[in-house]
Amino acid sequence: MNIDAIQNGIVIDHITAGRGMRLYELLGLDALDVSVALIKNAVSHRNGGVGKKDIIKIDSDIAINFDVLGFVDPGVTVNIIRDGQLVEKRRIDMPERLTNVIRCKNPRCITSTERAIDHVFKLTDRRNKVYRCIYCETKA
Amino acid sequence: MMKRSVIDILDLTLEEIEGLLDTAQDIIANPDKYARACARKKLATLFFEPSTRTRLSFEAAMYELGGSVLSVTDAASSSAAKGESVADTAKTVSCYADIIAMRHPKEGAALVAAHSAAIPVINAGDGGHCHPTQTMADLLTIRREKGAFSDLTIGLCGDLKFGRTVHSLINAMARYPGNRFVLISPEELKLPSYVKKDVLAKNGIPYTQTTSLEKAMPELDVLYMTRVQRERFFNEEDYLRLKDSYILDMQKLRTAKPDLCVMHPLPRVNEIAVEVDDDPRACYFKQVLNGKYMRMALILKLLEVEV
Repeated sequence: MNIDAIQNGIVIDHITAGRGMRLYELLGLDALDVSVALIKNAVSHRNGGVGKKDIIKIDSDIAINFDVLGFVDPGVTVNIIRDGQLVEKRRIDMPERLTNVIRCKNPRCITSTERAIDHVFKLTDRRNKVYRCIYCETKA
Repeated sequence: MMKRSVIDILDLTLEEIEGLLDTAQDIIANPDKYARACARKKLATLFFEPSTRTRLSFEAAMYELGGSVLSVTDAASSSAAKGESVADTAKTVSCYADIIAMRHPKEGAALVAAHSAAIPVINAGDGGHCHPTQTMADLLTIRREKGAFSDLTIGLCGDLKFGRTVHSLINAMARYPGNRFVLISPEELKLPSYVKKDVLAKNGIPYTQTTSLEKAMPELDVLYMTRVQRERFFNEEDYLRLKDSYILDMQKLRTAKPDLCVMHPLPRVNEIAVEVDDDPRACYFKQVLNGKYMRMALILKLLEVEV
């Protein structure tokens, strides 16, 4: 499958297969008026093996919320492309705090009724990738 | 001055808790010394959920420190009913009072208030989440009755699933060495796995789970009874089926240690028979009084009043 190379933009690579669509949604890419490609189940040669990965290509130099990437799929690579050249490659780690990316699911949480409140989650267990709501401590 | 709020018992270090306990015991020994400590200071009690005892305790605490009290007792009559946010209420009250004690049915409401208020906020209970001053009352009671916080076998009985006082007490006591817990509850109201995993297992604290209060009784140094709370259930049938599961009476106390300390955050419905009240091991009304002293100590600390 051929997807044109981009001139100025961002390639999010090494997305765990199956998480591309969630990233697409949480990054709000559906609202962009530029070319965006979501490639599912591409061949991955990471760690010497042959596996699957998702890739997102955005044909514009937009501001990406790295916290979203680190929350959904820590370990993805972000490639910044300018004039057709790779100018920066970033590995993304889990953020300590996550603000206004997801909402608390607990119906008893104050965030379910309070207006104009930031939805904030804190990384409480890095090994098990556990985030908890700072208000009610419910797991994300 | 950096304002400080207390939302969770874990907001206080062990040293700070020791300091508060020392202050409370000094207040008990020398009440006159503190009688005007908070003169011209105002406590606002914002209660968006009914709780007579906790509110009265805060108000009595402030009056005994020589301060005064502004009170919102019923959300239906307050601005919240008109749709005002917790954040705005906290900002508004900051203009009138020096410190806030807040009870709210939503979890995390006190933290929202603390983020917005210009004055210290004490969480007087936020839904099923935290109730730090109840835990302080519990700690003062254990200290006064048992002399120390270590090497105790603590039985927790009743609603361990929704009972925030239980979670908070476990968090507090887990920080002291040598304690072990006996978790006594029906299957439906067992301690949530995250408390077992994140607090007990993580800190290597031994615990056993049982459904039998009788079996657990002989080994206990402290027995913490809880009410099966109607407001924590979505379903009335579940509440009615479980509310009488564990009732403490003189018959069950027969096998208990002579120096057992029986505690309860109150109000009780019928989980402790009235006949137990006259037994010297009944400490739950002392706990109420201890709560007032700890709230006095906490108000002094957060207002940075030196006595």
